Amino acid sequence: MILFYFFAFLLVLSALMVTFNKNPVYSILFLILSFFCSAGLLIIIGADFLAMLLLIVYVGAVAVLFLFVVMMLNINLAKLREGFVKHLSTGALVALVLLMDMYFIFDSADYEGFKLAKMDAAREIGKVLYTDYMLLFQICGAILLTAMIGAVVLTLRNGRRNKLQHRPTLRSSKDTLEIVKVKIGEGLGE
Amino acid sequence: MSELLLHTITLKHYLVLSATVFVIGLCGIFLNRKNLINIIMCIELVLLSVNINFAAFSVFLGDIKGQIAAMFVLTIAAAEAAIGLAILLAYFRNVGSIEISDIRE
Repeated sequence: MILFYFFAFLLVLSALMVTFNKNPVYSILFLILSFFCSAGLLIIIGADFLAMLLLIVYVGAVAVLFLFVVMMLNINLAKLREGFVKHLSTGALVALVLLMDMYFIFDSADYEGFKLAKMDAAREIGKVLYTDYMLLFQICGAILLTAMIGAVVLTLRNGRRNKLQHRPTLRSSKDTLEIVKVKIGEGLGE
Repeated sequence: MSELLLHTITLKHYLVLSATVFVIGLCGIFLNRKNLINIIMCIELVLLSVNINFAAFSVFLGDIKGQIAAMFVLTIAAAEAAIGLAILLAYFRNVGSIEISDIRE
């Protein structure tokens, strides 16, 4: 119970810091913290497999990708913050109204049938994912492949600095071989 | 509000939490109008809140399908981040800036 509030508080705090931080590098580090917190929250209710997946995919791949890109780009920080204060009041108002709306919906709902179910998440997912959801699983693989090729194509430049694969010229027997009829007793000559 | 603090963890706790994170992410998209990287990060935050929601419903209903849906959301989020950052990088190389006001021109 205390653990839930600890993680929830930290998650909201780090999410706020992602939004309001000036430096993108710090924002990404807070994004990683929020991923860790949500993984903790998922472990509390027993969705441990999904929590590990969240950590591996998000922290291990996506967040590191973000860090790489931000460190590669040289961004003028001061210019990027223009208009932040101008939109702050409107944004906060919209956020508040949206949050209140959602809270009223959750408050009026009936939670009778929902109670914490114990299940072995990894086993259950393994049973279903490769049988019932095989097509979706394959499509996901295709989407990831498309994303990978797309990212490579988008960032590849044709320039001098690119190291291309060495391609030898195609040879055929016509270019390299000459067939000569040699007369007996004369030899090939010069 | 007091019932949220007293009893054990219910579905409502998770719904309110994920709604809060969702709203923070959405608010970030509104506020960081200049910075493209922050917008992509806020989209990740929104997808994270959706994942929490899926997982919470899955566990409290005792149905594994929610977690599988969350896995697919995770896949799409990873692909989307990769493509978005690649576009960002290609754009930055050509123009030398990632401000949205520059993109619009």
